[in-house]
Amino acid sequence: MVTKVEIKKMATAGSVESNDILIMISKGEGNIHIELESVVEKQFGEDIKKVIHDTLIEEGVNDVKVIAKDKGALDFTIKARVKACIKRGVES
Amino acid sequence: MNYRTLLFIPGNNPGMLQSSDILGADGVIIDLEDAVALPEKDAARILVREYLSTFKSKTAKFIRINPLDSPYFYDDLEAIKDLNITGIVLPKAGVESMSKLEEYMNENNLDLDVIPLVETAIGLETALDIVLISDRIIGLFLGAEDLTLDLGAKRTKESKEIEYARSRIIAASKAKGIQAFDTPFTDTDDIEGLKIDTKNAKDLGMTGKTVISPRHVEEINKMFSPTVAEIDYALRVVEGVKAANEKGLGAFSLEGKMIDAPIIKRALNLLRMSGDYKEEYDELLK
Amino acid sequence: MNYLNNTDLSTVKVLNKSEFPSKSKAKDKVINSVEELIKGLDLKDNAVVSFHHHLRNGDSVLNTIMKEIQSKGIKGITLVASSLFPVHAEIIPLLKDGTIENIVTSYISGDLAKAISYGELKGKIIMQTHGGRARSILDEDIVIDVAFIASPSSDKFGNISGVNGHNSCGTLGYAIADSIKAKTVISVTDALVEYPNYPADITEDYVDQVLVIDSIGRKEGIVSGTTRVTKDPIGLKIAKDTLKVMEATGLLKDGLSFQSGAGGISLAVTDYLRDYMIENNIKGSFASGGITGYLTGMLEEGLFSSLFDVQCFDLEAIESLKRNPNHIRMSGSQYGNPRVSSVVDNLDIVILGATEIDVDFNVNVTSGADGVLMGGSGGHADTAAGSKVSIIVSKLFSSRIPLIKDRVDVITTPGTTVDVLVTERGICVNPLRTDLIESFKKANLNIIDIKDLKEYAENIMGKAKPIEKTGRIIGLSEYRDGSIIDYIYEVKK
Repeated sequence: MVTKVEIKKMATAGSVESNDILIMISKGEGNIHIELESVVEKQFGEDIKKVIHDTLIEEGVNDVKVIAKDKGALDFTIKARVKACIKRGVES
Repeated sequence: MNYRTLLFIPGNNPGMLQSSDILGADGVIIDLEDAVALPEKDAARILVREYLSTFKSKTAKFIRINPLDSPYFYDDLEAIKDLNITGIVLPKAGVESMSKLEEYMNENNLDLDVIPLVETAIGLETALDIVLISDRIIGLFLGAEDLTLDLGAKRTKESKEIEYARSRIIAASKAKGIQAFDTPFTDTDDIEGLKIDTKNAKDLGMTGKTVISPRHVEEINKMFSPTVAEIDYALRVVEGVKAANEKGLGAFSLEGKMIDAPIIKRALNLLRMSGDYKEEYDELLK
Repeated sequence: MNYLNNTDLSTVKVLNKSEFPSKSKAKDKVINSVEELIKGLDLKDNAVVSFHHHLRNGDSVLNTIMKEIQSKGIKGITLVASSLFPVHAEIIPLLKDGTIENIVTSYISGDLAKAISYGELKGKIIMQTHGGRARSILDEDIVIDVAFIASPSSDKFGNISGVNGHNSCGTLGYAIADSIKAKTVISVTDALVEYPNYPADITEDYVDQVLVIDSIGRKEGIVSGTTRVTKDPIGLKIAKDTLKVMEATGLLKDGLSFQSGAGGISLAVTDYLRDYMIENNIKGSFASGGITGYLTGMLEEGLFSSLFDVQCFDLEAIESLKRNPNHIRMSGSQYGNPRVSSVVDNLDIVILGATEIDVDFNVNVTSGADGVLMGGSGGHADTAAGSKVSIIVSKLFSSRIPLIKDRVDVITTPGTTVDVLVTERGICVNPLRTDLIESFKKANLNIIDIKDLKEYAENIMGKAKPIEKTGRIIGLSEYRDGSIIDYIYEVKK
């Protein structure tokens, strides 16, 4: 059972360099809402959203708004940036 | 394993991380220290963790943690202690920081190699004391940029100013029978300068060199590579093992000398380095 | 006027004294207004007009002429342009209003390409190769009514030189077939020079009129100052491995002939080849294709005895073409026309890029990962077919864009002519080339089955969602001999 984690403030992690992704999170409106802009949106847009979504759930976050700008990041990078962002967003 | 080249990879750069194993270096040093800006230390730690738990490769992986006198030393260690890596590079190494690291590794039962990075005057003058602290230490690494700052010496391409430091690091390493890694050559475009610098270091007794530009890897590998005679001998050892295995013999002798597992390992390592390694050799030690 | 078959010559009429010719006069070809020119040409609906692309993304001739044609209300034009660049996005409205109906080209990029992919061209787009274009024009598969030849310099009788003038671009190789075969040939210049203009790429006897305008283009879009080798470590790693592949082919010896593109990795290969040739004292025969300062440097160092130049990529190449007699102009036909003897057939090794490659080694450089047009063969299919060994260099991981597919989106170059793929994660050899597989194994190269490499990449990147197409065929990928090797489909917006 994952403990529920609450996003307290806006936070960002990552970058818009090639192979990276910039994740911005803020308090949600009762659910997970993900906005994605990606250089490979047509090919991998749904996959990327799923990785973001699953990482949030794994980390116990289910009330959050995410804006992601992707420059072709692989899954390990997406996961890492989401985790770093959550860490920054829960610290007060 | 003898490392001719240890290539620095910035810890917060996904593009470099995901390609770090194909750049030809014998080992990589994933950097959490100077290559990562202070506000990104947390993100880099997480990224490196995700990278190392996703990608498998044969390249040896070291992580340069932040120094003991930074607020990140123990956070870094906590983040990497369960990762599948070869070892740790300890910056600003001294007797105290090496002892603290050794203590942490004993407490956590870590089976990792350590390369102390000597880059202060006190570190240099106590180099032998540092290597005697731990059997985990596989080599000393001279960091000339910070050292010359500490010494008040002018850093030049000719590197006269670090000749003493090089020799001291080499002596301390050889006294313990471990490797001596030279400071990186920082002008990425000057390949001729790189060759001269590497030759100087090698002539003094350095056994490998750290690298900050992937473009330097091949030249340095070449210069620290085994000679033709050494390669020939290693190939004869390997052929001998193949023949012995076919006959079902456990041990055999070559040119009057018993060939045992360490010699075979060294031969295989040497062939890996010289580029003469073939996949079929994977079977030889099984 | 063939009298050779007349059996009785006494029936042939001989001129009267009063009919004897007067002295001939120099033709008055110069015209100073685009409007006047187009009016005078009396173009009909469905006319075929052609342009070359030596001014690349700096060209303004095509836009100027086509807009004038539009203003005359002429419809249904077939535009035969050797290549089209982002700068040509200005003619998108001409697709919509029906001025332009069909496009025949060898390369297309930018918003114009996008508009076509999204279905805005009323007719068809035919994607040719450079050699195939020359063939189709010389064989009269395509009959050009008017060829508008952007001329960096021209004299008033139409001697056109690409090396003179402030907008010099070097050789004019892609315009040669047009100048020979078009019913009407117009030199369009912003540098009218004294007669005779030399060395002329196209001579006055092929040119009907000379249009003088303020500007044919922007210099900075025409050539780059100096083309530089990539510093990207992955690209350099691929280039280094490519050199090992080349060495293992056994072709790196005296008499070597070589071509590579001007892309970052290709240039790096050329650079490593240079070092290798110096080190091993190899004297090559020729290098060909688009020429850069790297190749002119190698020419001057004696590493190649000559260069065949169909397109100058930088200022150094133009300078060399001007003063070095061993730097030879080459027409599109001499470059790669499959029906005649051409330079590509004498190539040992060619280094080429790929947007996508499939498990059958078919290569796509015509459309991008999203299925939208963004390139074209150029000389890709020509050199792959002609060379002894064609080597594709590409990153396996480039910002998650998949390189290896089950089937490429559009086949530009058939896999039957593609021999080797070099990526940062391994080298794949076309199974048809058992000879290469054999010699690469001996050289201890890291060979991997292309299907395994594809699987490896997909394990890390995931499998890309197929591109959404409407099902409407909007064009054809035409092979160099005129046969069709693939359809081009409209892409869903």
